[in-house]
Amino acid sequence: MRKLARFLKSFALLELLRGLAVTGRYFFARKITVRYPEEKTPQSPRFRGLHALRRYPNGEERCVGCKLCEAVCPAMAIQIDVAEGKDGARRTTRHDLDLTKCIFCGFCEEACPVEAIVETRAYEYHGETRGDLYYTKEMLLAHGDRHEAQIAADRAGERGGT
Amino acid sequence: MGEIAFQFLTPWADGWFGALWPTVWLTLWTLAKIVAIVLPLMLGVAYLTYAERKVIGYMQVRLGPNRVGPQGLLQPIADALKLLFKEVVVPSGANRRLFILAPMLSLAPALAVWAVVPFSDAMILADVDAGLLYLLAIGSLGVYGVVLAGWASNSKYAFLGAMRASAQIVSYEIAMGFALVAVVMVSGSLKLSAIVASQQTGMGAALGMNFLSWHWLPLFPLFLVYFISGVAETNRAPFDVAEGESEIVAGFHVDYSGMAFALFFLAEYAEMILIAVLTSLLFLGGWSSPLGMFPDGVFWLLAKSCLMLFFFLWFRATFPRYRYDQIMRLGWKVFIPLTVFWLFVVAIWMLTPWNLWK
Amino acid sequence: MHGMTLLFYGFSAILLYAACRVVSARNPVHAVLHLILAFFTAACLWMLLEAEFLALALIMVYIGAVMVLFLFVVMMLDIDLARLRQSFWRYFPLGAGVGILVALEMGLTLGSRFFREQSLAALPSRAAEASNTRELGALLVTDYAYPFELAALVLLAAIVGAVALTYRKSFLRRSPDPERQVRVSAADRLRLVSMPAEKEEDGVC
Repeated sequence: MRKLARFLKSFALLELLRGLAVTGRYFFARKITVRYPEEKTPQSPRFRGLHALRRYPNGEERCVGCKLCEAVCPAMAIQIDVAEGKDGARRTTRHDLDLTKCIFCGFCEEACPVEAIVETRAYEYHGETRGDLYYTKEMLLAHGDRHEAQIAADRAGERGGT
Repeated sequence: MGEIAFQFLTPWADGWFGALWPTVWLTLWTLAKIVAIVLPLMLGVAYLTYAERKVIGYMQVRLGPNRVGPQGLLQPIADALKLLFKEVVVPSGANRRLFILAPMLSLAPALAVWAVVPFSDAMILADVDAGLLYLLAIGSLGVYGVVLAGWASNSKYAFLGAMRASAQIVSYEIAMGFALVAVVMVSGSLKLSAIVASQQTGMGAALGMNFLSWHWLPLFPLFLVYFISGVAETNRAPFDVAEGESEIVAGFHVDYSGMAFALFFLAEYAEMILIAVLTSLLFLGGWSSPLGMFPDGVFWLLAKSCLMLFFFLWFRATFPRYRYDQIMRLGWKVFIPLTVFWLFVVAIWMLTPWNLWK
Repeated sequence: MHGMTLLFYGFSAILLYAACRVVSARNPVHAVLHLILAFFTAACLWMLLEAEFLALALIMVYIGAVMVLFLFVVMMLDIDLARLRQSFWRYFPLGAGVGILVALEMGLTLGSRFFREQSLAALPSRAAEASNTRELGALLVTDYAYPFELAALVLLAAIVGAVALTYRKSFLRRSPDPERQVRVSAADRLRLVSMPAEKEEDGVC
């Protein structure tokens, strides 16, 4: 008897209708797609994007050439050469970052004792050749100069929070 | 419209063609009608792909194509252009002639069946007497494109896909045929226009509720069987084992590219539209309006077909793929007995005093 | 009528070509495809005779179903063409004999009185709107009901025979039974029991 009831019930296609109801409901649901260039998802202040080298407000480079970032980098993406600067302080003559190697782990930023190398919110950059993604010291400094306000604000917010 | 154009052109054309002019005119006019059917069909196929991506996208809480043109409306055209300019690669181990022939063999029947499909009282290319039979006969030729594509590619995935597809098409054709037998029985004709006309009379129609006297209600199980078999017949999800990506890559058309691939695609979607239109014609009253107060017209046929096509897409977004042996079980052990049973029910029903279809 | 004659000769030429290729094609798949072409053109010829039901039934049954299965079998055959050709001349006399016999029979049949032109012309011409299918159906269930039932019986015997020849007992089959799998419900596989998270009497804590 139960078998017969189940046999007849199977012709009502109840399970299938239930399935259709689920997809039918979602047909009218609000779509979660973000139309990227026009719309963007919110970013965290800790976002790890393109690197930058920072300066002090008086224009002096923060980096003291301690090579901690070079040492900690798990992808070995950073290359640093050091010499004595004009003011007698220790300065980098070369601070290259190979973005094709970088895994954006943020260790360099954490290792830096003077907050010289930081990762910014910038992620919309590209290169047309491999060489374009090899960032030199000048490029990193320029990038830092461009976004100093944002970088400083993000860092300040972090400190205030903790 | 044809007569007016004929009379308008006759004085000029008589000089060129002489006595042959009526024949030439008939040819030209028929060609014009064919173009008038095929062009909208191709456009329909293109935008069916768009609708498919949109509908499935919406059901998956995505937006679907929205980049090319406003709301992505030019996407199918971009796709068609891309396919047109791609190279047709013929694998070195393939049987060259059959490999090229297969996509044409699959598209030709898919287009040829439209010759007998009526769109309204007057809009039909050939209102032949055995229209339904012609549909079944020509429709069954489409399987050769699939079989030959699988064999000529000389690839095991393609061959497996072709075997699955053709076994499935052959099996479900029987259930489909039986479902249609009942329709023919109650309408008393194989002529498609007569089948539609037979749905415009009856108790429901007398009350102004036309949709109650369409065939779907008294033949409800057959309506379901026909439509589901139609989904299986066109190798659409959830019966798309023929192209099961997870097992056999893409089935019978793995080795096809460019326009050759596009022809298979066109054939598949044209067949989908055909099944939708046929379901509307045979079970949903064709071009007759659901309520007596609205005028009949081709608009209703299009609306019903669109609804059926939406179901195709809805099924695809909802159901996981059937396993192959379960598809065969469903076809042979469920649908065929069910249709035969209901055929007897209808036959006995027609002999009782409660016969609805006198 | 001129156009019809032209069509007739066109179709006949295709039919003859296809029939010749069926026996002469090297590749068995090509042979089957030509057989399909032959069936199709034969259906077209019947269509010219206004036997549209028969023509469409031929397409539907033979091309749509039988030849597909035939094609399957041929596609999966592993034929060694070289070995086949070796014994060609050995079987040639037999084949030629059968061929001549068939040709003779056909000649005798077609030469008989029934197929003379006068008797064909004497056939009653049908009204334009008469349905071929309806007439055929009416004939099948009245005049030819007995042969029709006999034919059905023969087909049934063939079906039973095919099943009996190929049926293997279930214990020899290793494939899962979809019937049983479909019938399974959640309650057969899964038992939900309610167990208290702690035992009350023991009082561990």
